[in-house]
Amino acid sequence: MAGTEARVDGGNSIVTQSLNTKIAISGLTKIYKGRSGNTIALQNTDLSIQENEFVCVVGPSGCGKTTLLNIIGGLEEATSGSVQLDGVEVKGPGRERGVVFQQYALFPWKTVLENIEFGLKLRRISKKERKERAEHYLELVGLKDFAHAYPKELSGGMKQRVAIARAYAVEPEVLLMDEPFGALDAQTRAQLQEELLKTWMKEKKTCFFITHDVEEAVILAQRVVIMSARPGRITEIINVDIPYPRDQSTKLDERFIRIKNDIWSKVYREYLEVSK
Amino acid sequence: MKKPPNWLLTLFSIVIGLIAWYLLSAIPAVGTIITNPVKVFTTFQTEIMSGRLWINVWASLLRVVGGFSLGLIVAIPVAFLMAWYPMVRSIVDPWIQFFRTIPPIALIPLVIISQGVGESAKITVIFVATFLVMVITIFQGVRNVDPTLIRAARVLGAKDRDIFFEVIVPASFPFILVGVRLGLAAAWTTLVAAELTGANKGLGNMIMEASLYFRMDTVILGIIVIGVIGLAMDRFVLFLERRLTGWQELRQE
Repeated sequence: MAGTEARVDGGNSIVTQSLNTKIAISGLTKIYKGRSGNTIALQNTDLSIQENEFVCVVGPSGCGKTTLLNIIGGLEEATSGSVQLDGVEVKGPGRERGVVFQQYALFPWKTVLENIEFGLKLRRISKKERKERAEHYLELVGLKDFAHAYPKELSGGMKQRVAIARAYAVEPEVLLMDEPFGALDAQTRAQLQEELLKTWMKEKKTCFFITHDVEEAVILAQRVVIMSARPGRITEIINVDIPYPRDQSTKLDERFIRIKNDIWSKVYREYLEVSK
Repeated sequence: MKKPPNWLLTLFSIVIGLIAWYLLSAIPAVGTIITNPVKVFTTFQTEIMSGRLWINVWASLLRVVGGFSLGLIVAIPVAFLMAWYPMVRSIVDPWIQFFRTIPPIALIPLVIISQGVGESAKITVIFVATFLVMVITIFQGVRNVDPTLIRAARVLGAKDRDIFFEVIVPASFPFILVGVRLGLAAAWTTLVAAELTGANKGLGNMIMEASLYFRMDTVILGIIVIGVIGLAMDRFVLFLERRLTGWQELRQE
């Protein structure tokens, strides 16, 4: 079903989007050469993501989710195939793509504010504007009071909020997130999902979000991409026709449960394949 | 029961140690070698009054600081170059690995023959010893910089230069300080060994001369002064570490 034209309006007028293709992935293959032979991390993958669309990727570990994200982010090179951003081939990282990592990846020697300012500093933006912009995003993630704290003083959830603010601060058009909430407890995770959705509604971006958690994928995404391992490839893309704004109560919605179960059964099959 | 404060336990431990020393020195057979603390203290006073102790401490300190500083100045760039360029590593690493296994003291005869018994000989030996210890520690530190941090910087738009100065240097700073601590300890050990083989000043020399005349009080005094200065330097670096790298996430005590 790869390449299916998705209904990206999510059935709700609040989220109206132009059907411009933001990211076009075609024939993407990545082979890792190892001592015990080659591993096909990604095989002939096609996917197009619309502007301001929220796409989640689920699948068992080793299905090439992270590889796909890294290639889109320009952190890894594909063996063959291409990724185009606004019709331009991706070569290396770029300021129009922000990345949020699972391990937060905050600079421990910088304060929260300095972390958020870092991308702006690299861009030679004036001190005053840097500070204003950083403070704006810090407020957006609700950590205004922690501007001068060091990462070690923050909890996991707070660190990830800072990492999201840092990615947002450079105002990228695309946000790539690699299991950002994977290391957090269930409550914090639910809270951050809602906050992320709120932020996304306020300042629209194209989001490419990797997760293990099917429920998380369904609550966030307009489309959920299911991947399978050995070799890593996209097996199905499911539309999530639930209007935004979504919150925790959405999880009780009948449609939500139906879609979740549908995806879960498909993903579970992939897990069984992997454990064979 | 309330636990006594830590400083009290430390003080208690020191007092017990002094008493044990005193009692040990009271045994006649042992007392000829381990002079009692009171006598050592008297010697301490006379050595201070005569100014000889200062001269010796000063001579030793200059050698340590000289050799150690040279070692640090060379170790930092070499370690960074090794970590950054695999080519440099392939060329330099076998030599470091080889010399690392040789106790620097084994080099002393060679150095004395080539440079005599002057200051430069001692500084050379200390330089070699400290350089080897520090270059390995700092190199490990630079290599251990979390690759996710480098990637995080890259996606925020950092170029190689930014990554070096904004990520690699601060991230490996704690390791530089660990290197400094190990380097100072190495400098101090090597110094005494170097001075024992021939010098006209210095704490090692003071111990050597005193032992020739069987002045065990001076020998013990020398040992204690070396220990105290070594400890003081170590504490100073620890203090710097706490001030400068307080951002580090450490395990709770």
